Amino acid sequence: MLSTNVEPIARGRVARTISIAVIAGAVIALGIMLVALGVRADLTTTRAAVFLLLKLAFALAVVGVSLRYLIRLARPGSARGISPLAVIVPFAAIALLGMLGLADAPSAHWNRMVVGGEWLECLLSIPTIAIVPFAVTIFAVRRAAPTNLFRAGAVAGLVAGGVSAMAYAFHCTDDSLPFVAVWYGGTIVLCTLAGAALGPRLLHW
Amino acid sequence: MATEAELKALMAASLDGDAASYRTLLDRLSRRLRAYYKGRLARVGRSATEAEDLVQEVLFAVHLKRHTYDTRELFTPWVHTIARYKLIDYLRRTRSAASVPIDEGAEVMAQDDNADAESSHDVRKLLGRLPEKMRCAIECVKLEGRSVAEAAVRCGISESGVKINIHRGLQSLAAFIAREDQK
Repeated sequence: MLSTNVEPIARGRVARTISIAVIAGAVIALGIMLVALGVRADLTTTRAAVFLLLKLAFALAVVGVSLRYLIRLARPGSARGISPLAVIVPFAAIALLGMLGLADAPSAHWNRMVVGGEWLECLLSIPTIAIVPFAVTIFAVRRAAPTNLFRAGAVAGLVAGGVSAMAYAFHCTDDSLPFVAVWYGGTIVLCTLAGAALGPRLLHW
Repeated sequence: MATEAELKALMAASLDGDAASYRTLLDRLSRRLRAYYKGRLARVGRSATEAEDLVQEVLFAVHLKRHTYDTRELFTPWVHTIARYKLIDYLRRTRSAASVPIDEGAEVMAQDDNADAESSHDVRKLLGRLPEKMRCAIECVKLEGRSVAEAAVRCGISESGVKINIHRGLQSLAAFIAREDQK
């Protein structure tokens, strides 16, 4: 019965659907940031622009690496033999840069460099902005066929966290590498854990 | 048993819309899956009927998720991953009924593998539980082999409506099968 009048299938649909969903999530995240928080006012200064680029580079690296992995997780058997460790690389890089930043500064400044002025706002904003991109991403992954729901959920959370950090970077005025490592890295990890917890329930098919 | 290269070629042709290849593929797959599930289920003391239900469930899954197969990759791992996912899901769903009383154990063991190969699901009966448009679309196109255009006229909906109703209808059927197993 299933083979009667079977329709041709376009190739590469999973990768396309999930990529479009993540881009849509990013646009929504930017919109939320613009409306709720606004772009930082001092963006004309070189220092602010350099730090914005740095934060964006970190967030985009997280999204890029984890999106590739998520597309594999959404196709049965495709993530076999692929190590999930690649997703750690951007975190390791920013942690290393953060430590170099600390080593370069007198220890009396450390507290201020790590905690910054807006840590609480960062801690709340990144997971909150991540909610809609996460929902859109999960919706796209559901249309594929994830078989490791825990891991697929975690990586969907990771992608959403990265997208959200990317949007939040336009607002955030804390310009220190240790701050980015701890608060951006930490909140994205939180999003990943939330995704892992929700994955089995949201992605079941 | 069919080889990877053979199955992969059949799948590639199926994705291009070749119905004959697809029929052959589903036939080969059902044999493979039947053997796989009988072996697996026997180990946990389950019956051959259950294997047949699972085979049906996976064939539905293969159909509904066939767009997730990437022709640059191997085909057997794709099917195997789905089969294992459905097995684990099935065992979890039916866990309450999982244990077989010891005095019935001999009967389970003695069961002839070929005798009970009929699935417990009657697709026609399950179709009756679908909304009118879905049932009409599936009956016309999938059971009677009419074209999508003919089905559109018969069911009084647009051609894209027929396609959508077939897709949703098959999803619902797969869900019915899964729910029946739970009982």
